[in-house]
Amino acid sequence: MAADPAPPANRMLKLAAIGTLAGVFSGLFGVGGGTVIVPLLIFWFGYGERLATGTSLAAIVLIGLLGTVAQGGIYGNVHLLTGLWLSIPAVAGVVAGTAIQQRIPQRAVSLLFAALLVAIAIELIIP
Amino acid sequence: MNEVLAILLALAGGLAGGLVGVGGGVLFVPALTVFLGLSQVEAESTSLLMIVIVALVGTARQRSYGNVRLREAAVIGVLSPLGVLIGVAVSNSVSQRALELSFAVLVLFVAFGLVRRALSPRL
Repeated sequence: MAADPAPPANRMLKLAAIGTLAGVFSGLFGVGGGTVIVPLLIFWFGYGERLATGTSLAAIVLIGLLGTVAQGGIYGNVHLLTGLWLSIPAVAGVVAGTAIQQRIPQRAVSLLFAALLVAIAIELIIP
Repeated sequence: MNEVLAILLALAGGLAGGLVGVGGGVLFVPALTVFLGLSQVEAESTSLLMIVIVALVGTARQRSYGNVRLREAAVIGVLSPLGVLIGVAVSNSVSQRALELSFAVLVLFVAFGLVRRALSPRL
Protein backbone atom coordinates (compact mmCIF):
# COMPACT_ATOMS: atom_id res chain seq x y z
CA MET A 1 0.00 0.00 0.00
CA ALA A 2 1.68 3.23 -1.15
CA ALA A 3 1.91 6.15 1.29
CA ASP A 4 -0.21 9.17 0.46
CA PRO A 5 1.76 12.18 -0.78
CA ALA A 6 2.07 15.06 1.68
CA PRO A 7 -0.56 17.72 0.88
CA PRO A 8 0.90 21.06 -0.38
CA ALA A 9 0.67 24.21 1.76
CA ASN A 10 -2.56 25.72 0.40
CA ARG A 11 -4.32 22.39 0.83
CA MET A 12 -2.92 22.16 4.35
CA LEU A 13 -4.55 25.49 5.20
CA LYS A 14 -7.92 24.35 3.91
CA LEU A 15 -7.58 21.02 5.76
CA ALA A 16 -6.71 22.88 8.96
CA ALA A 17 -9.80 25.03 8.45
CA ILE A 18 -11.98 21.92 7.96
CA GLY A 19 -10.56 20.33 11.12
CA THR A 20 -11.11 23.47 13.17
CA LEU A 21 -14.64 23.98 11.83
CA ALA A 22 -15.52 20.33 12.51
CA GLY A 23 -14.35 20.87 16.08
CA VAL A 24 -16.26 24.15 16.45
CA PHE A 25 -19.55 22.56 15.41
CA SER A 26 -19.10 19.54 17.65
CA GLY A 27 -18.23 21.89 20.50
CA LEU A 28 -21.34 23.98 19.76
CA PHE A 29 -23.94 21.34 18.99
CA GLY A 30 -22.44 17.95 19.79
CA VAL A 31 -22.98 16.83 16.19
CA GLY A 32 -20.15 14.70 14.86
CA GLY A 33 -17.46 16.15 12.66
CA GLY A 34 -18.61 14.18 9.63
CA THR A 35 -21.49 16.57 9.01
CA VAL A 36 -18.93 19.32 8.38
CA ILE A 37 -16.03 17.31 6.92
CA VAL A 38 -17.85 15.49 4.11
CA PRO A 39 -19.44 18.52 2.36
CA LEU A 40 -16.30 20.66 2.73
CA LEU A 41 -14.10 17.94 1.19
CA ILE A 42 -16.59 17.73 -1.70
CA PHE A 43 -16.93 21.50 -2.25
CA TRP A 44 -13.38 22.71 -1.44
CA PHE A 45 -11.35 19.77 -2.75
CA GLY A 46 -13.64 18.37 -5.40
CA TYR A 47 -13.48 14.95 -3.77
CA GLY A 48 -15.89 12.33 -5.01
CA GLU A 49 -18.41 11.21 -2.40
CA ARG A 50 -16.61 7.92 -1.68
CA LEU A 51 -13.25 9.59 -1.11
CA ALA A 52 -14.87 12.32 1.02
CA THR A 53 -16.76 9.87 3.25
CA GLY A 54 -13.78 7.49 3.56
CA THR A 55 -11.41 10.30 4.54
CA SER A 56 -14.05 11.71 6.91
CA LEU A 57 -14.26 8.36 8.74
CA ALA A 58 -10.48 8.33 9.18
CA ALA A 59 -10.57 11.88 10.62
CA ILE A 60 -13.44 10.87 12.94
CA VAL A 61 -11.27 8.07 14.40
CA LEU A 62 -8.81 10.72 15.60
CA ILE A 63 -11.48 13.21 16.70
CA GLY A 64 -13.32 10.50 18.63
CA LEU A 65 -10.14 9.16 20.22
CA LEU A 66 -9.21 12.61 21.51
CA GLY A 67 -12.75 13.06 22.82
CA THR A 68 -12.93 9.61 24.42
CA VAL A 69 -9.63 10.10 26.22
CA ALA A 70 -10.82 13.47 27.56
CA GLN A 71 -14.25 12.17 28.62
CA GLY A 72 -13.16 8.75 29.90
CA GLY A 73 -9.93 9.90 31.46
CA ILE A 74 -11.10 13.06 33.11
CA TYR A 75 -14.79 12.47 33.84
CA GLY A 76 -15.08 8.68 33.85
CA ASN A 77 -18.47 8.73 32.10
CA VAL A 78 -17.79 5.99 29.53
CA HIS A 79 -19.76 2.76 30.11
CA LEU A 80 -17.12 0.46 28.67
CA LEU A 81 -19.01 -2.88 28.54
CA THR A 82 -22.23 -1.34 27.19
CA GLY A 83 -20.26 0.58 24.57
CA LEU A 84 -18.38 -2.53 23.50
CA TRP A 85 -21.35 -4.88 23.08
CA LEU A 86 -23.47 -2.24 21.35
CA SER A 87 -20.55 -1.66 18.98
CA ILE A 88 -21.03 -5.17 17.56
CA PRO A 89 -24.25 -4.36 15.63
CA ALA A 90 -22.86 -0.88 14.84
CA VAL A 91 -19.76 -2.42 13.26
CA ALA A 92 -21.94 -4.83 11.28
CA GLY A 93 -23.82 -1.75 10.06
CA VAL A 94 -20.72 0.13 8.97
CA VAL A 95 -19.34 -2.90 7.11
CA ALA A 96 -22.66 -3.26 5.27
CA GLY A 97 -22.90 0.51 4.71
CA THR A 98 -19.45 0.83 3.14
CA ALA A 99 -20.10 -2.24 0.96
CA ILE A 100 -23.46 -0.84 -0.24
CA GLN A 101 -21.81 2.54 -0.88
CA GLN A 102 -19.41 1.00 -3.43
CA ARG A 103 -22.39 -0.31 -5.41
CA ILE A 104 -24.56 2.80 -5.65
CA PRO A 105 -23.85 5.94 -7.75
CA GLN A 106 -21.79 8.61 -5.94
CA ARG A 107 -24.53 11.20 -6.47
CA ALA A 108 -26.90 8.96 -4.51
CA VAL A 109 -24.49 9.32 -1.56
CA SER A 110 -24.79 13.12 -1.88
CA LEU A 111 -28.58 12.89 -1.87
CA LEU A 112 -28.54 10.64 1.23
CA PHE A 113 -26.21 13.10 2.91
CA ALA A 114 -28.51 16.01 2.03
CA ALA A 115 -31.42 14.08 3.60
CA LEU A 116 -29.37 13.61 6.77
CA LEU A 117 -28.63 17.36 6.85
CA VAL A 118 -32.32 18.20 6.50
CA ALA A 119 -33.08 15.86 9.42
CA ILE A 120 -30.42 17.61 11.51
CA ALA A 121 -31.84 21.03 10.59
CA ILE A 122 -35.34 19.94 11.63
CA GLU A 123 -33.97 18.64 14.93
CA LEU A 124 -32.22 21.98 15.51
CA ILE A 125 -35.27 24.07 14.62
CA ILE A 126 -37.73 22.15 16.81
CA PRO A 127 -37.06 23.48 20.33
CA MET B 1 -37.16 -5.73 23.96
CA ASN B 2 -35.28 -2.53 24.84
CA GLU B 3 -32.00 -4.29 24.04
CA VAL B 4 -33.35 -5.32 20.63
CA LEU B 5 -34.34 -1.73 19.82
CA ALA B 6 -30.93 -0.47 20.98
CA ILE B 7 -29.27 -3.04 18.71
CA LEU B 8 -31.41 -1.94 15.75
CA LEU B 9 -30.54 1.74 16.34
CA ALA B 10 -26.84 0.87 16.63
CA LEU B 11 -27.05 -1.11 13.39
CA ALA B 12 -28.74 1.85 11.67
CA GLY B 13 -26.10 4.24 13.05
CA GLY B 14 -23.30 2.07 11.68
CA LEU B 15 -25.09 1.76 8.34
CA ALA B 16 -25.41 5.55 8.10
CA GLY B 17 -21.77 5.88 9.05
CA GLY B 18 -20.68 3.59 6.24
CA LEU B 19 -23.00 5.15 3.68
CA VAL B 20 -22.37 8.86 4.30
CA GLY B 21 -19.17 9.03 6.35
CA VAL B 22 -20.47 10.24 9.71
CA GLY B 23 -19.81 8.67 13.10
CA GLY B 24 -23.37 7.57 13.84
CA GLY B 25 -23.56 9.29 17.21
CA VAL B 26 -26.92 10.82 16.27
CA LEU B 27 -28.40 7.33 16.65
CA PHE B 28 -26.04 5.85 19.25
CA VAL B 29 -26.92 8.47 21.87
CA PRO B 30 -30.71 7.79 21.85
CA ALA B 31 -30.01 4.03 21.79
CA LEU B 32 -28.04 4.46 25.02
CA THR B 33 -30.37 6.91 26.77
CA VAL B 34 -33.86 5.79 25.73
CA PHE B 35 -33.31 2.03 25.58
CA LEU B 36 -30.37 1.31 27.90
CA GLY B 37 -31.04 3.91 30.61
CA LEU B 38 -27.79 5.88 30.50
CA SER B 39 -27.79 9.59 31.39
CA GLN B 40 -27.21 12.09 28.58
CA VAL B 41 -23.58 12.73 29.62
CA GLU B 42 -22.84 9.01 30.01
CA ALA B 43 -24.46 8.28 26.65
CA GLU B 44 -22.48 10.97 24.86
CA SER B 45 -19.21 9.68 26.30
CA THR B 46 -20.05 6.05 25.56
CA SER B 47 -21.24 6.99 22.08
CA LEU B 48 -17.80 8.54 21.43
CA LEU B 49 -16.17 5.18 22.19
CA MET B 50 -18.57 3.45 19.77
CA ILE B 51 -17.87 6.09 17.12
CA VAL B 52 -14.13 5.38 17.38
CA ILE B 53 -14.68 1.63 16.90
CA VAL B 54 -17.16 2.10 14.05
CA ALA B 55 -15.03 4.74 12.30
CA LEU B 56 -11.94 2.54 12.67
CA VAL B 57 -13.61 -0.43 10.98
CA GLY B 58 -15.25 1.87 8.41
CA THR B 59 -11.88 3.45 7.60
CA ALA B 60 -10.27 0.02 7.15
CA ARG B 61 -13.05 -1.02 4.77
CA GLN B 62 -12.89 2.26 2.82
CA ARG B 63 -9.08 2.01 2.72
CA SER B 64 -9.42 -1.40 1.08
CA TYR B 65 -11.73 0.18 -1.52
CA GLY B 66 -9.12 2.96 -2.10
CA ASN B 67 -11.28 5.74 -0.64
CA VAL B 68 -9.13 7.18 2.18
CA ARG B 69 -6.46 9.93 2.20
CA LEU B 70 -4.83 9.21 5.55
CA ARG B 71 -2.56 12.26 5.76
CA GLU B 72 -5.36 14.69 4.97
CA ALA B 73 -7.59 12.95 7.53
CA ALA B 74 -4.80 13.27 10.11
CA VAL B 75 -4.53 17.05 9.59
CA ILE B 76 -8.31 17.43 9.98
CA GLY B 77 -8.40 15.26 13.10
CA VAL B 78 -5.46 16.88 14.87
CA LEU B 79 -6.85 20.41 14.42
CA SER B 80 -10.36 19.56 15.66
CA PRO B 81 -9.68 19.94 19.43
CA LEU B 82 -8.75 23.59 18.80
CA GLY B 83 -12.14 24.01 17.16
CA VAL B 84 -13.92 22.28 20.05
CA LEU B 85 -12.42 24.80 22.49
CA ILE B 86 -13.57 27.67 20.27
CA GLY B 87 -17.03 26.12 19.95
CA VAL B 88 -17.47 25.66 23.69
CA ALA B 89 -16.28 29.23 24.36
CA VAL B 90 -18.70 30.62 21.76
CA SER B 91 -21.63 28.55 23.02
CA ASN B 92 -21.10 29.97 26.51
CA SER B 93 -21.24 33.56 25.29
CA VAL B 94 -23.99 33.51 22.62
CA SER B 95 -27.67 32.52 22.82
CA GLN B 96 -27.93 28.77 22.17
CA ARG B 97 -31.23 29.26 20.33
CA ALA B 98 -29.71 31.78 17.91
CA LEU B 99 -26.83 29.38 17.29
CA GLU B 100 -29.18 26.47 16.62
CA LEU B 101 -31.25 28.46 14.17
CA SER B 102 -28.24 29.83 12.30
CA PHE B 103 -26.67 26.38 12.10
CA ALA B 104 -29.97 24.96 10.83
CA VAL B 105 -29.98 27.55 8.02
CA LEU B 106 -26.34 26.78 7.18
CA VAL B 107 -27.03 23.04 7.10
CA LEU B 108 -30.03 23.53 4.79
CA PHE B 109 -27.88 25.70 2.51
CA VAL B 110 -25.23 22.94 2.31
CA ALA B 111 -27.94 20.31 1.69
CA PHE B 112 -29.26 22.44 -1.19
CA GLY B 113 -25.72 22.72 -2.63
CA LEU B 114 -25.22 18.95 -2.46
CA VAL B 115 -28.54 18.23 -4.15
CA ARG B 116 -27.90 20.79 -6.90
CA ARG B 117 -24.45 19.33 -7.52
CA ALA B 118 -25.73 15.74 -7.49
CA LEU B 119 -28.46 16.56 -10.00
CA SER B 120 -26.23 18.63 -12.30
CA PRO B 121 -25.71 16.94 -15.67
CA ARG B 122 -22.01 17.88 -15.80
CA LEU B 123 -21.11 15.32 -13.18
